[in-house]
Amino acid sequence: MKKIDARGYSCPEPVIMTQNALKEGESLTVLVDSMIPVKNISRFVANKKREMSYKQLDDGDFEITIK
Amino acid sequence: MKDIMKKESKTLIIITGLVIGAAAVILVKLGNPGNMGFCIACFLRDTAGALKLQNAPVVQYVRPEIIGLILGALVMSIAGKEFSVRGGSSPMTRFVLSFFVMIGALMFLGCPLRMVLRIAGGDMNAVVGLAGFIVGIVVGIAFLKKGFTLKKSVPLGKLEGGITPAISIVMLILLVAFPAVLAFSKEGPGSMHAPIAAALIAGLVVGALAQKTRLCMVGGFRDAFLFKDFYLLSGFVAIFVAALIGAFVTGTFNFGFNEQPIAFNDGLWNFLGMTLVGTASVLLGGCPLRQVVLSGSGNADSGIAVLGMVAGAAFAHNFQLASSPLGPTPQGKIAVIIGFIVVVVIGLANTKMKKEA
Repeated sequence: MKKIDARGYSCPEPVIMTQNALKEGESLTVLVDSMIPVKNISRFVANKKREMSYKQLDDGDFEITIK
Repeated sequence: MKDIMKKESKTLIIITGLVIGAAAVILVKLGNPGNMGFCIACFLRDTAGALKLQNAPVVQYVRPEIIGLILGALVMSIAGKEFSVRGGSSPMTRFVLSFFVMIGALMFLGCPLRMVLRIAGGDMNAVVGLAGFIVGIVVGIAFLKKGFTLKKSVPLGKLEGGITPAISIVMLILLVAFPAVLAFSKEGPGSMHAPIAAALIAGLVVGALAQKTRLCMVGGFRDAFLFKDFYLLSGFVAIFVAALIGAFVTGTFNFGFNEQPIAFNDGLWNFLGMTLVGTASVLLGGCPLRQVVLSGSGNADSGIAVLGMVAGAAFAHNFQLASSPLGPTPQGKIAVIIGFIVVVVIGLANTKMKKEA
């Protein structure tokens, strides 16, 4: 599965990175460092009619999985 | 579940916009200058004046709204577990970008937030400013699409994130307990202000709501163009609606280009001032309001941006770069042109080819 690391980048960069990496019919994992990009990416994913889930990692970062 | 989350947050950002628009009208009613219930650029400029960083006698006052915004954002970010101390993402570049955001804003006479309030008050010069602002945002987006980045921030110690709120508390203490050490305008916009308590409360409420919703005037258009995401733009529209209704209720609505409060009618420079604000703010990642709110939520990069805006304001008035109701100054026009050059150089220098990363 493709994975991108958007930790440390301020919005809208994580969303742009997701936009560039997300391909039709492929799942994607995105690492971010706060809830702000999680919310922003969730709206982007919803607009693209894709599904996503996220979980908080032990070090406080977030892992988003787009299906 | 995602849909529910989306709906809830859009309701809150619309409420936030309505509250800001209403608060702005009330603050003007209580004494703030016309169409200036809130103006981040003007208020940072007045605060710089009160600290004698600039000595224009008509724009000196510690604006409690700014203090409230920072502390409101601090409280809300801690309560919502979103207080996150980060920094180190091209700090000097951010300082310079925000310096020129202020140069552009003081050419136009207002930040993007005041631009909306001016339009709602019937000031058509601000519609020209809005056109420039949108052009500026489109230019900024072009850099983002090409891979513009100010690089990563890193987590920093808690104290780093506490410094901006601490400075604002010191400013509040100075304002309330030791006003004699500060400079205050006796006439002009700096002398016009709502009571301290009202301004502070308005700032606290707006700061808290803006932190929660991530309201950003630049982000509104940026996300709409980039991602067809209208979340932030809905807050922008709500501010306009509330302020427009308020202007009719209080009888201050005055349609046209002439005799507008703290504004001038040179279309070209109203346009170019806001174009500079738009492009520099997109590269910075947010409008002046957003920078102030983030600086209260632990973001050291935004703290630097606020200092950059204060420095920009000080230069703008010490070197007559800022416009007045009489219009722009020749020096101000040169400064805006230099600003465009600097912003484009920063844009190009930080744009990497996507594959390189």
